[in-house]
Amino acid sequence: MPTVHVRGLTKKYGGYTAVNGLDLTIERGECFGLLGPNGAGKTTTLNLLLGRITADSGHITIHNEPIPSRARQSRMHIGVVPQIDNLDPDFTVTENLAVYGRYFGMDKKTLQAKIPHLLDFAELSHKAHSPIASLSGGMKRRLTLARALINDPDLLILDEPTTGLDPQARHMIWQRLRNLAQQGKTILLTTHFMEEAERLCDRLTILDGGRHIAQGTPENLISEYIEPHVIEIISHADTVQEALHKQAYCDRMEEAGETLFCYMHTPELLIQLLEIHPEIRYLHRPANLEDVFIKLTGRELRD
Amino acid sequence: MRLPQPSLRFIPIWRRNLLVWRKLAIPSMLGNLADPMFYMLALGFGLGHLLPKINGIPYITFLAAGTLCYATMNSATFESLYSAFSRMQIQRTWDAILNTPVTLDDIIIGEFTWSITKSMLSGIAILMAILILGIAHNIMLIWLIPLAGLIGACFTGMALVMTALAPNYDFFMYYFSLAITPMTLLCGVFFPSSELPALLQHISALLPLSHAIELARPLVLGKIPSHLFTHVAVLTCYGLIGLCLAINLIEKRFKQ
Repeated sequence: MPTVHVRGLTKKYGGYTAVNGLDLTIERGECFGLLGPNGAGKTTTLNLLLGRITADSGHITIHNEPIPSRARQSRMHIGVVPQIDNLDPDFTVTENLAVYGRYFGMDKKTLQAKIPHLLDFAELSHKAHSPIASLSGGMKRRLTLARALINDPDLLILDEPTTGLDPQARHMIWQRLRNLAQQGKTILLTTHFMEEAERLCDRLTILDGGRHIAQGTPENLISEYIEPHVIEIISHADTVQEALHKQAYCDRMEEAGETLFCYMHTPELLIQLLEIHPEIRYLHRPANLEDVFIKLTGRELRD
Repeated sequence: MRLPQPSLRFIPIWRRNLLVWRKLAIPSMLGNLADPMFYMLALGFGLGHLLPKINGIPYITFLAAGTLCYATMNSATFESLYSAFSRMQIQRTWDAILNTPVTLDDIIIGEFTWSITKSMLSGIAILMAILILGIAHNIMLIWLIPLAGLIGACFTGMALVMTALAPNYDFFMYYFSLAITPMTLLCGVFFPSSELPALLQHISALLPLSHAIELARPLVLGKIPSHLFTHVAVLTCYGLIGLCLAINLIEKRFKQ
């Protein structure tokens, strides 16, 4: 039985369809990514799974419990890291964990045994009695993650867990999430950092306009949609553009401002051409998930 | 419109607010005690010496019952407007709680019972002031504590509706100008509402603070209030209808 099972999920706000006929299956112990540009319906989907909003149509079960009718029972076994920090500013670090644990009905003794381990996990033991206002952004995220683990959840739901963090803090969160995945926790995360999805997720779904447009492992998605080599010609592209148009150096080409993106199976010819023009800056790299994402959702800004 | 669905999971919400209050308990209780003390001292003695007895009661005794109702009303109102709004909207405390097995009904019932508790604490402070100032001492005074809770329930229900509708803190000024201030002045806190023109007397009789005062004034004098059931029922209705409306409105707000 999958941990999360969603069929035909639809949610409308007035005339706007936030989620449109979404199907999802997340197996136990899997790290699953929900990707999409702003407004793709990621957060709405999470809120539907938590039973915080009600769908217009479709079915959801989590751990075999139907949502939203048994959402309260299902949330007993879910940990949530929200997109926007909502730690309780009236309390210290330890109090935040203790008060949150009480919402799950945990007693004082259980909490006293549990909290030091969570502080250790989040590397916040030295801040145990500090007020929330004294924590850095990375510390707040770590505490939010520790808070989500207070009830020892089977399923962790993370909404853009590393947005706004510096690289050190981001790597620390990634390492912790991998650690949790190894412990057998099922993880569902939304992100628009492709690197994050590529590093963490076993499988992912790309959403756009509330609809699922692609699904698979990161490797499969990349090989399915993108040629294996990418050369980005960053500047003075005009000089080679003509040559590129005359002869098929690459399988596919895309222009974005000053930069030319060339996708191909065999890069050698184009590299030779570029080496003749030392004034041209270029970057040769393997195809990645970001290429898939841009190909499927386009380059236009989503505000 | 649906009825509240209560569960015992409101208790951790109540305890959360208690834990915050405990950090500031001394200044908070001092404020609860000092404010009404100064009112009763200044107006009761200052103004009281210039005034004749009201229905055979010294002015300070008359004022004590009004102060209890007025201060309890304020305590519930401030808690359920500003404090609840900041937990709902600014600090996103409710948002975090909704990811646990606690529901919105539990949260609002937790806030409701907490605000009643704070009103009772404020009632206890005024009772102490009444005893310290020697305004009254009789066994019926003990009933002022549950009465403070009832007044708290009434004004919490009303204030939570305002919180549910508020786009920001400024919105609450309407409620103060159009509801709280008129009640303070028209419902017999400082003078009997029978002194008002007939039209204002009719309006005053509909307002919940008048019913609170009709209960408090006889209790301060050691008497059983007349029309006890009616006054209790009016306060209860304001509180419960307010709670019910607030739950429906806040649910709508959270599901958008």
